[in-house]
Amino acid sequence: MTGTLTEKILSRASGRSVSPGDVIEANVDIVAFHDLTGYHVIEVMEKANMMKIFDKSKIVVAFDHLAPPPDVRSAEIQVNIRKFVREMRLPNFHDVNVGILHELLIEKYALPGQVIVAADSHTTTSGALGAFAQGMGASDVAAAVITGKTWMVVPQPFKVELTGTPGKWVNGKDVALKLLGDFKADYFNGMSIEVHVRNPKAFPTDYRATVSNMGIEMNADALMFVPDQETKDYIKTMRGKEVELLTPDPKASYQDEYTIELEKLEPLVAAPYSVDNVKTAREVSNVEVDQVYIGSCTNGRLSDFQMAAEILKGRTVKTRCIVIPSSYEMFKQAMEKGYIETLVNAGCVVTYGTCGPCLGGHFGVAGPGEVIVSTSSRNFRGRMGSNEAKVYLSGPSVAAATAATGRITDPRDLQ
Amino acid sequence: MIIEGPVLKYGDKIDTDIIIPARHLKYTDPNYLAQHAMEPLDPEFYKKASKGVVVVAGKVFGMGSSREQAAIALKAAGVRVIVAESFARIFYRNCINNGLPLITLPNATKEIKEGDVVKVNVETGEVRVGNKVLNGKGITGMALDILKAGGIMEYLKRVSQVPTQGG
Repeated sequence: MTGTLTEKILSRASGRSVSPGDVIEANVDIVAFHDLTGYHVIEVMEKANMMKIFDKSKIVVAFDHLAPPPDVRSAEIQVNIRKFVREMRLPNFHDVNVGILHELLIEKYALPGQVIVAADSHTTTSGALGAFAQGMGASDVAAAVITGKTWMVVPQPFKVELTGTPGKWVNGKDVALKLLGDFKADYFNGMSIEVHVRNPKAFPTDYRATVSNMGIEMNADALMFVPDQETKDYIKTMRGKEVELLTPDPKASYQDEYTIELEKLEPLVAAPYSVDNVKTAREVSNVEVDQVYIGSCTNGRLSDFQMAAEILKGRTVKTRCIVIPSSYEMFKQAMEKGYIETLVNAGCVVTYGTCGPCLGGHFGVAGPGEVIVSTSSRNFRGRMGSNEAKVYLSGPSVAAATAATGRITDPRDLQ
Repeated sequence: MIIEGPVLKYGDKIDTDIIIPARHLKYTDPNYLAQHAMEPLDPEFYKKASKGVVVVAGKVFGMGSSREQAAIALKAAGVRVIVAESFARIFYRNCINNGLPLITLPNATKEIKEGDVVKVNVETGEVRVGNKVLNGKGITGMALDILKAGGIMEYLKRVSQVPTQGG
């Protein structure tokens, strides 16, 4: 079997040799949902009277969007899903104290070469480990829960190469924003992006997860990192497990290629109201900010809090600053390293394992006229609460530097 | 399948937070969702769409979240078909699964005006505006089979791919 990573994964999953444009039926390795979509998945199954599950061990459920529940209806949704989990005896269930679904998938479940579908658009995150991972709606996910299969169109593969080493305050967010700024949000529609990292250790899994996560903002069908030694080491560290790597053929042919020289990147932001309205942090450094959010399935990992803590050590925040590690594991590690203590001492509000204000749910919803700097993935109008709020997306270094000064700040300009 | 109606026109990158804001996602009732469709961009949408309309839009219509309520809300509000320059993948599938047809038509926002009455052939992708005939990409293959069946679950029942062992 030769070809791109996309072709190799989907050929294996469909049992035939596939090419871009083919409509295929793929076997899925993991099907997942969270609270806010999960109840809808269950409703679809109930309505069709098809309460069957193809393989219980391959279903993953995590509470994150409504965790812990902010209102009675949210609590009711969780009650109903817990009942379903109990009745179906699903082993891979994670209640409100474990973490955001996509983070749990990369920590505990996803493997290189797998096909993963989940009822959430940011399912692309598992592409960080070289899995072909797609978000889908409740009906498509219900169908996958029942049959273990899904239909899809094989996307056109596009190669991105990352060379060199990023600067001190640059991480995965800046690579994602660089791609969005250069290509705009519609360019990769119908494509799968395969990222080759020339120097695997220079771009760790935390950073990769941010880029894969934002693959959906590029409207890519999938965004996968070609698995390498870093992928093996990450899975070995997190799960004590040795894994096989599925990689593209060296002569694989791509629709097009693009190279990003990491050392040339500088801290970027996406200004309201579009993920592709990308500017350098310095270009918008006069903007006064009310609230900073550091967290989410995009940038809620250990290296994100390491950057934030390094910047906020010994300082007091001048904005409201909300910090949410994406999982219990990330929270615990950040606590052990002292980052949580540093951030709390700086005046941040800290919890863990919830999507929080990312989608305007709770724990820091944006009010009318407020300006937010957020490490999450979307700055659409109304996304984090009020239609009259403005959201700038950034990585953790710009977010923390902004919290320290009260206006958008490139961390290189901190006094 | 030919669908006719007056056009409500929008621009590029109409995202799912516009189509149905996240605060409404704890419910799936079509009538409730319809009242909040497109709320942040066009609070009058529900009234305008109620007699049956064709939504025309630019690039990556429906980008963003996987919320199936986006398709449910538009359909229940009165949208008969969406003609856009391109669609986000998840939204496209959600519409097919909820019986809301969509046509991809390059230059849709240049060729069609707000208030035009258009006639859309869902399968061939042909769009007629007055005497003008525009050729888009209709719904074909697997997506058409699912749309005709009435969504993925009905399609599954029809092709009997449901495994026999219970959960």
